[in-house]
Amino acid sequence: MKIPILRLGRILLVSIQDDLTDNDAMQFQSDLVERVAEIEALGVAIDITALDVVDSYMARVINDTACMVGLLGAEVVICGVQPFVAMTLIEMGRDLLGANCAFNLEQGLEILNRRIATRGDIHIDEDEDD
Amino acid sequence: MHQDRPTPPAPAHPGPGIVATSMRIDTESDVAAVCRVVRALAEHMAFSRSAAYSLATAASELATNLLIHAGGGQLQVAPLPGMRAGIELLAEDHGPGIDDLRLALTDGYSTAGGLGCGLPGVERLMDLCDIDSVPGHGTRVRAVKWR
Ligand SMILES: Nc1ncnc2c1ncn2[C@@H]1O[C@H](COP(=O)(O)OP(=O)(O)OP(=O)(O)O)[C@@H](O)[C@H]1O
Ligand SMILES: [Mg+2]
Repeated sequence: MKIPILRLGRILLVSIQDDLTDNDAMQFQSDLVERVAEIEALGVAIDITALDVVDSYMARVINDTACMVGLLGAEVVICGVQPFVAMTLIEMGRDLLGANCAFNLEQGLEILNRRIATRGDIHIDEDEDD
Repeated sequence: MHQDRPTPPAPAHPGPGIVATSMRIDTESDVAAVCRVVRALAEHMAFSRSAAYSLATAASELATNLLIHAGGGQLQVAPLPGMRAGIELLAEDHGPGIDDLRLALTDGYSTAGGLGCGLPGVERLMDLCDIDSVPGHGTRVRAVKWR
């Protein structure tokens, strides 16, 4: 199953589904990294609303993905962490998903935009006039 | 081979849909199937939602370990009779076994490049977790959660 990568300006949006296999995960990570580089994405929102079981394997896929994207210089936020997923994750182990979480997509995009805006090195060139 | 959809627990004593299921874990879709069975059983037995999620996550960890570390195995999901309702997960394999149990239960320890949170996670998510392992012969993990 291929995970679609949506584009909103220079922000990319991906939704992880619960039937992600090992192969899907690898394919998805390489697709995403390629796309981030291609459009010089400033931010990536990883939506996990569809996941209601996040085990350590899934947590690793999400973390690795966030890490790769971060290495390319884009901001990352994980959004849509279900309340029960959050509770289970906290019980499983401390910061399994790292700190970059937002409740929903809207909040995630807000966080991304705020972080991008405070980065001195990048000019948001959505409006062409300076 | 596995069925792509686990047969839902058949109505049986001591209540409708409350029966033990044993599943062979050989593929990633078997792992997903076992999670569904565990959640359905927890729901049937009126476990709280958070307990059901804990159980499903623990089952996923045990099943994934069977797949990755032991080349497959058997996972049994069983309702525990008695005054206090519970669900037992029993994972058994004839894989390489675990040399050092203390180490395997340490957060962050993984021989396979994982997060090393699986077994310690199961210990925390479940009320009881017993591991028997004989290096060279196999591993048996029994974990119980009470309602
Ligand atoms: N069924 C098993 N047979 C043999 N070794 C096992 C088995 N289950 C766990 N182990 C050993 O115990 C270690 C810790 O297991 P644990 O599930 O905590 O971490 P992991 O599977 O390596 O990573 P993850 O965080 O993705 O679960 C494993 O790396 C492996 O060496
Ligand atoms: Mg594991």
